Amino acid sequence: MDWTALWLSLRLAGVTILFLLPLGIWAGRLLAYRDFPGKGLAEALVALPLVLPPTVFGYYLLVAFGAASPLGQLWQSVFGTPLVFTFEGLVAASILFNIPFAVQPMQRGFEAIPAEVREAAACCGMSPWQALAKVELPLAWPGILTGMVLSFAHTLGEFGIVLMVGGSIPGETRTVAIAIYDRVQAFDDAAAAEMSSLLLAISLAAIALTFAFSRRIGRRLG
Amino acid sequence: MSPPEGLHVRLSQEAPIPLEAELSCAAGEILALVGPSGGGKSTVLRSVAGSYRPAVGRVEVEGETWFDSEAGISLPAHRRRVGMVFQSYALFPHMTALGNVMAAMGHMPAPERDERGRALLELVHLAGLEERRPAELSGGQQQRVAVARALARQPRVLLLDEPFSAVDKATRQRLTREIADLRRVLSMPVVLVTHDLDEARMLADRMTVLHRGRTLQTGTPEEVTTRPVSAEVARLVELRNLFEGRVAGHDPAAGRTMLAWAGLTIEAAPRPELAIGESVSWVLPDGYVVLHRRDRPSRGEHENPVKGTVEAALAIGQTAHIALRPLSDPSLPIHFSVPLHVAQRNGLAPGVEAAVSLLAEGIHLMPPAGRRDERG
Repeated sequence: MDWTALWLSLRLAGVTILFLLPLGIWAGRLLAYRDFPGKGLAEALVALPLVLPPTVFGYYLLVAFGAASPLGQLWQSVFGTPLVFTFEGLVAASILFNIPFAVQPMQRGFEAIPAEVREAAACCGMSPWQALAKVELPLAWPGILTGMVLSFAHTLGEFGIVLMVGGSIPGETRTVAIAIYDRVQAFDDAAAAEMSSLLLAISLAAIALTFAFSRRIGRRLG
Repeated sequence: MSPPEGLHVRLSQEAPIPLEAELSCAAGEILALVGPSGGGKSTVLRSVAGSYRPAVGRVEVEGETWFDSEAGISLPAHRRRVGMVFQSYALFPHMTALGNVMAAMGHMPAPERDERGRALLELVHLAGLEERRPAELSGGQQQRVAVARALARQPRVLLLDEPFSAVDKATRQRLTREIADLRRVLSMPVVLVTHDLDEARMLADRMTVLHRGRTLQTGTPEEVTTRPVSAEVARLVELRNLFEGRVAGHDPAAGRTMLAWAGLTIEAAPRPELAIGESVSWVLPDGYVVLHRRDRPSRGEHENPVKGTVEAALAIGQTAHIALRPLSDPSLPIHFSVPLHVAQRNGLAPGVEAAVSLLAEGIHLMPPAGRRDERG
């Protein structure tokens, strides 16, 4: 078992969902409640990582984050380190490729709240922030938690994009998914099997949790 | 310009929902907003509550301007002191009954909320059910929680959006009585949206008819349902005896205007301003049609007598609804209701000949359809 890789994966997944929580709530709420020009395009962009081959997505991120890109140069000038082949670059990539996994369940969670209930919150004198805290989040939380769990599990397992943007630097960018690949290449089947079964267990638990949450949504609002 | 008391609303826009509405409601008054569904009633309420923003208009409550498109004022919904009872109640499903009521008490000091919330639930006869969640309450109980929650806000205006539409008939009657009782403690303007005219008659001091976003008439329920300003309003308030006629003459001595209709001359309440020969629409509320009884002729029978054939006699409960086709023009049926036993004693059945009097004082003349009430 490559404990360094596992710890790196867990850190990556944890940091990713910390960023995705506010982003997903904001974007999910926006897509659930507002109509704006280009909404269809925005929803398509949110869903794009689901269908884009990871290597293609990874390639574009590599180009966008690289030392030759404006973003890469800006990062280098502010932090003094490159964005590609670093943990920070991996976090940025991870946030982007997890957007559909975080935003879509959260959007469904907010959509399940009837418009009249939200209007009632305003009629009760709640400001938009109070309504979010007292009414919307308590009702949408199964969707929000589902988004977090899916993003977490998906980050642990992502391979193509991580390899393209991060490479396989031990302790910096070598995640457990990449470590499995390394172990198989090195004919270390026992370690590969160990890590694979751990990822399988985590994925199963994540799916079980999301199903439990979506049943809860149905019960609370049905 | 407008008096500071009560609620004053003026809304106007062409799209997406056409609106041309004006209404006002004094403090302590119940104004019923009636009209067919899709006529803009909920949009008017939501414009007052602040969840809908019309293109042009003004909303004033107790001298406070909540919305003024010209001055660029639009108070956000949560800063308008509105109590709203939604059609679906819109209770917060994750809170108890008491929690729902207390959720509207953000303006009160925290220690007082619990006691006040319990008092409000008691007021709507829900004492003992404070800890129940909406899913554990019946439709009528949910509606009462919604009323208590609306009052908890100590609103400047109370808005009821079809509050009785989602409950069964018995509950509906009980809730209607309770709202009528509650009036004694309500000192704010109350706007009740309904498509049920009986509900409006029972509860409202005045009613405003709204159709396709336009307010067509405001008056007491009695006024609007017996003296509509146009044929369009007459149809909307379900007056079935709506006809076209022609002014045949005036009789100032008798205080009558004569009307030519269905080959007959009908005496109507005086309208000397109408020119002879002018076409008019006219209505006659059911209650002004008097059946000539077979056994006992009475004095009123020479007032606009009309003989006809009973086309249909439909008994609903203890009331018989009769349609009578006049012999002089069978294409213009007259509708009226009599107690079931009267219908039976007089043998009112399809095909039977009968006679009625159209009481002149109930005949209300209006400009004909197409001149004033149809859109240009």
